[in-house]
Amino acid sequence: MDVLDGNAIGGLLHEVFGTEMTAATATCASCGATGPVAQFVVFMRAPGTVARCRNCLAVQMVIVQCKGMNCVDLRGLARLEAA
Amino acid sequence: MAGTAVRRRLTWQVATVVAVNDETATVRTIELAAADWAGHRAGQHLDVRLTAEDGYTAERSYSIASAPGEPVTITVQRLDDGEVSPYLTTELRAGDELEMRGPIGGYFVWDADHTSPLLLAAGGSGIVPLRSILRHRARSGATAPVRLLYSVRSLPDVIYRTEIDGLADGVSVTYALTRQQPPGWTGHRGRVDAGQLEDVAWPAGRDPVAYVCGPTAFVETIAEGLVGLGYLPHQVKTERFGGPGGP
Repeated sequence: MDVLDGNAIGGLLHEVFGTEMTAATATCASCGATGPVAQFVVFMRAPGTVARCRNCLAVQMVIVQCKGMNCVDLRGLARLEAA
Repeated sequence: MAGTAVRRRLTWQVATVVAVNDETATVRTIELAAADWAGHRAGQHLDVRLTAEDGYTAERSYSIASAPGEPVTITVQRLDDGEVSPYLTTELRAGDELEMRGPIGGYFVWDADHTSPLLLAAGGSGIVPLRSILRHRARSGATAPVRLLYSVRSLPDVIYRTEIDGLADGVSVTYALTRQQPPGWTGHRGRVDAGQLEDVAWPAGRDPVAYVCGPTAFVETIAEGLVGLGYLPHQVKTERFGGPGGP
């Protein structure tokens, strides 16, 4: 599967967070880089969806769909603020 | 999700195919009608979900090709090894139904009250959301000047060619033909390089905004080039389609 960016998971993130998130501002817990979620480096078959920091490639989000639920891991983020 | 503070639920709905139109040998535009469509912004996309008889599902995102206020259309490039695009581009007919949800996205969007000069850079089918922006600009009477840089393998691969060649009124168009050029072609050949980008891009001092969409390698090249020309990160909006090396 190709490497995409955070735009590609706009629908999934809307489903998880209940609002538009591609324009949200994320701060990486590893390197401190700040930028829009749309700029994440995204892998969609990892399995599940993995979003990494464009600056340092640290994992920012992992979302795995299982039995109709989304399991969400945001430990790679220091901050996430909706636009 | 019940009980959470949702502003607008994004739910799957059944849309009906109103019309299909082949743009090139491998690209098709599909007009959809959905009962529950909140209206979209230029540059947004929607998700399509196909379900096989055995329950297997495949989801893909497609940029919306039409302007806000127009019927919702998507333009799909057929990938021969794809799970979804071959169906959408060869088997889907007017009257068929498919599942979709949208509109999606709030980053790669352009609103008509923006007055900054626009650089629109497309690689291949990356032209689709930029076409929505161009149509929105024309329909709304917006005056932001536009330079469109469209990198594509050959002229027959140009999507919306008649429409693009008819653009005027503050829009200039530059094609870069990467693989095959017609006899007498005096425009750019090969992939866009830093020199050509500098020729086309608005000077950073004019406070431009760039929308760059296409295969990942194309987007990276253009985005890095623009930063090299002095564009600030917030002036370069990018959307990557993945894919191989580029057009």
